[in-house]
Amino acid sequence: MIWNLVFGSWIISAVSTAGSLFFSEVMMYPPCVLCWYQRICMYSLVITLMAGLFPANKNVVRFSLPLAVIGWGIAAYHNLLYYKILPESVAPCRAGISCTSVHIEWLGFITIPLLSLIAFTLIISLLIVVWRKLAYEK
Amino acid sequence: MKNKSLIVGVSALVIAASFWTAKYFYKAEEVKTVAKQEAGVFVRPHSPRMGNENSKVVVVEFLDPECESCRAVYPEVKKLVNEFDVQLVVRYAPYHHNSVFAVKILHAALKQNKYWETLTVLFESQPEWGSHHNPQPEKIWEFLPSAGVDVERIRQEMNDPATFDLIELDKEDAAKLGVTGTPTFFVNGKMVREFGLDYLKEAIKAEVEANQ
Repeated sequence: MIWNLVFGSWIISAVSTAGSLFFSEVMMYPPCVLCWYQRICMYSLVITLMAGLFPANKNVVRFSLPLAVIGWGIAAYHNLLYYKILPESVAPCRAGISCTSVHIEWLGFITIPLLSLIAFTLIISLLIVVWRKLAYEK
Repeated sequence: MKNKSLIVGVSALVIAASFWTAKYFYKAEEVKTVAKQEAGVFVRPHSPRMGNENSKVVVVEFLDPECESCRAVYPEVKKLVNEFDVQLVVRYAPYHHNSVFAVKILHAALKQNKYWETLTVLFESQPEWGSHHNPQPEKIWEFLPSAGVDVERIRQEMNDPATFDLIELDKEDAAKLGVTGTPTFFVNGKMVREFGLDYLKEAIKAEVEANQ
């Protein structure tokens, strides 16, 4: 059961990683600074979650949850900027070639930062369930 | 344990395979979209051009006077145009803060037939006026006289609304053609997808040979 939950969160991180690489390397959307900070967390999660599958115990939560929470925080900030809840002047996007506001908008509201936020939220939720279950088993 | 490793391995393979499949279909679709564009999208009547007007090979460069990579390749691009005796057309993809300001000056210089001289001066002095950490576009005025232009006339003519319209049109065409960065080159309507002068040279060479 624990294994399946960790496996699920690993799948989410791997799909997110492949997706973000697709946006930048195939569709050629230049990733902005905030995207890179989220990538640092997400790409590392692919490794820590996979390592945490063999064997799946509480260590995986100890090492992966902090990454997921930091990534979630950056994604949340990015979304606040993106949906103009925070003023745009706060946006750190000014450097060089990277900031031409090219982005996807599926169904009118699904954007890349939102996808990132959803992925981090799911990973955190699954890891919290793992954590609770392990605590309960004791 | 062995079973679990297998599940993880297969999942990783499935994700990687999906990535490559999606990439294949995306690229195929992209080539179709560009092919569907009418010729007018690549070259507009207002676009500055240099080189052999009768050449069957037309190189279209989407550039930004404030972009460092455009500055870096510019002398080499001119060399390639002369070497292969082709035509170069400049379009704009102004992505930086003072790009539009620089393009307005360029187009005022075009009226004095000093377009290429001015572009050369803008690129050469770019580190002075176009540093992204400390842009000082007003410094352009110090360098302009070396292009041999009538600076006063440029000041008067640079705010021509027609220039503004042509920048907007270039931006629209860039979006239609899938330009997301500068410099982006099209050789006879085919985008040079890999970044680098060697790839550009290969593309020009191929078109020149095909049109002999």
